[in-house]
Amino acid sequence: MFAAPGIALLATFVLLPMLLALWVSVLDWDGTYSPLSGKAPVVGLDNYAALLTEDGLARRDFALSVRNTFYFVAISVPVQTLLALGLAMVVHNRTLRGRGFFRAAFYFPSVTSAVAISVVFLFLFSGSGAINAVLGFFGIDGPTWFADPRGVLHELFGALGLVDPAAPPEWLSGTRLWGLTLWEWLSGPSVAMAAVTLLMIWTTSGNFMLIFLAALQNLPEDVLEAADVDGTTRWQRFTKVTVPMLMPTVFLVLTMGLIGSWQVFDQIYVMGQGNPAKTTLTPAFLSYQRSFAEGSYGLGAAIAFLLFAIIVVLTWAQRRLLRDGRTS
Amino acid sequence: MNGRRRRIGAALAAALVLAGCGEGFDDSPRQQATGSATLQVLLGSATSVELEATRAIMQTWAQRSGNRVNVVASADLPQQLGQGFAGGTPPDLFVLEPGAFTRYAQPGALHAYADRLPGADDIYPSLRSIFTHEGKFVCAPKDFSTLALVIDTEAWAAVGLTDADLPKDWAQLEAVAKRLTTPKRKGLVLMDDVDRIGAFFRQAGGWLVDPSGKKATVDSPQNLQALHYVQRLLRSGTTAFAKQIDSGWSGEALGKGSAAMVIEGNWVIGALAKDYPQRKWRAVELPAGPAGKGTLAFTNCWGIPTVSKNRQAAESLVAHLTDVSQQNALGEGFGVIPSRRLAATLFARSHPEQQAFLAGADYAQGEPTAKGLESVLKDFDAQLLGLTNGADPKAILASTQRNAEQVLGR
Repeated sequence: MFAAPGIALLATFVLLPMLLALWVSVLDWDGTYSPLSGKAPVVGLDNYAALLTEDGLARRDFALSVRNTFYFVAISVPVQTLLALGLAMVVHNRTLRGRGFFRAAFYFPSVTSAVAISVVFLFLFSGSGAINAVLGFFGIDGPTWFADPRGVLHELFGALGLVDPAAPPEWLSGTRLWGLTLWEWLSGPSVAMAAVTLLMIWTTSGNFMLIFLAALQNLPEDVLEAADVDGTTRWQRFTKVTVPMLMPTVFLVLTMGLIGSWQVFDQIYVMGQGNPAKTTLTPAFLSYQRSFAEGSYGLGAAIAFLLFAIIVVLTWAQRRLLRDGRTS
Repeated sequence: MNGRRRRIGAALAAALVLAGCGEGFDDSPRQQATGSATLQVLLGSATSVELEATRAIMQTWAQRSGNRVNVVASADLPQQLGQGFAGGTPPDLFVLEPGAFTRYAQPGALHAYADRLPGADDIYPSLRSIFTHEGKFVCAPKDFSTLALVIDTEAWAAVGLTDADLPKDWAQLEAVAKRLTTPKRKGLVLMDDVDRIGAFFRQAGGWLVDPSGKKATVDSPQNLQALHYVQRLLRSGTTAFAKQIDSGWSGEALGKGSAAMVIEGNWVIGALAKDYPQRKWRAVELPAGPAGKGTLAFTNCWGIPTVSKNRQAAESLVAHLTDVSQQNALGEGFGVIPSRRLAATLFARSHPEQQAFLAGADYAQGEPTAKGLESVLKDFDAQLLGLTNGADPKAILASTQRNAEQVLGR
């Protein structure tokens, strides 16, 4: 009985909206009347089919957004986790002077509004902005970051002489997988997406640093002292003692990073809205765009549920991997 | 355990019932309110000058008619509008883009009032047709803009060009763009979207949809010719998209001096005066293509939802807003062309710099209104940057045609 208010709140604000969204995802609802009125035609799994199996713009856009976000997550999650751990080790160090200052400085990007930071990055990375000025000082002609749709991996292949980006071989440009060619899947993040990735790493690593710091401060002193007595080097102590004890925290940080990165929206909304050439399109933004800007609420809701499925599967896979890593 | 589960079920059922009883999901057309009304008006994000001018005119109406007007300016109009309709409480009067018109008009969410307006016959036919659904003129166009060729006159004179050199056709445009190009400046700069490229389609005799607006005609020889021409300009180095020369839009490029000519609408007038007052410029009609003159018209309409209980009051407010004197006052305020021919003529008389834009009004093509076409055109836009690197125009048109057919066929 004591749980009733909590359950009621949860039902009203979590469960009901979710059920309603699930209902909308099987409708062809244009948003000009209530979805519960029965006026909206029920199309069953058509919205999901349009995203997964039918050849068309909806599927292509969704596949592109998944590709973009995949590269985004694959870079930002490991890097921000390592960076956060490194920063936490630094500010945890008792011999460091002005620890409070560094702690605040590293945490600062996380407490600032994502929109404000995105705007600052837009200025930094504009064609005549600070980043290109610095690159220019070293004689490098920087790209027009947020207007550059070239895939980083494509350029890398080109630079290594493996594939000519202007004319990829037939087996790459001809093989299609889920609406995109193999060559498109292998693009890597675009230059614009790389800049967004940088921003994401910079803002979130401070947050995760705090979690690592809390975990570090909770580590039992005696174990670390025992390691010292056993004559470990600092590196050995870090890799063999500290990190294994931190594994639950690493798991937490990886999971939070994974979920947060797949759902990235604010930064995209402010910085590119999918531009240039749809290389910063993400599922969360695509869902918003299809629903609110174009009135295909059913499709938007279906995208949201597929995103949910992707996150659940990846989190589960990651959990399996980490558990195996621990027992071996 | 069993008892607990039953209790949770009961709580859920109660919550569902409660939610079902909630207000706001009532779709039947509402009774008209009597007496004085408070109108909720939703405007898009506009310049503060435009907002103030509109607000002032609305307040005058409110005082005269004994109603109240509550104006909200939204930074994300489509989103806020969609939310209002989905929740059953749309604003009483709002600004509606052509791209969203059919989506709202088709299910009957828009109150069709425009034919009854006092000045309905005086509204430009090209604008009327945009907001006509199944033979009914639904909502009144607010005002409009067209595209013209805006030229930096100092750059023009500096390379020895005169009035006789003003480009009349594609070949001449190509030639002057070449003369005006320097290492630091592009001859012609435009935006990489269908709202600019579409003008070339019209000049070549093509367009995105057929006159009924229901059939995709993207992949046509005319459009292909236009896209080939644009690609030739881009690859010759005399022309660039604004993004490629580090400008947010073409007007900025012209202001900064990195463009000698741009293809823009008359919003460029206010923007240049505000941000680059030292820049001297003139606007001329876009050069004609193989099929003659062509430009695009951009407009919005005053939408009134069917479910609003203040429809009559909203209608009378629109009548006030589209009155010749008020349209003229609005034009004065922020430099858009009134949607009524009478007001537009008056307006252009006192604003010679608007002449070139107004001249396009008679043959301008309005934006397509078909539902779902927005994402198709966005996809087209996304491919345009590739033209510079040698993307195949034929392939771009073919894929856009395929996407458009999928949307329009449904």
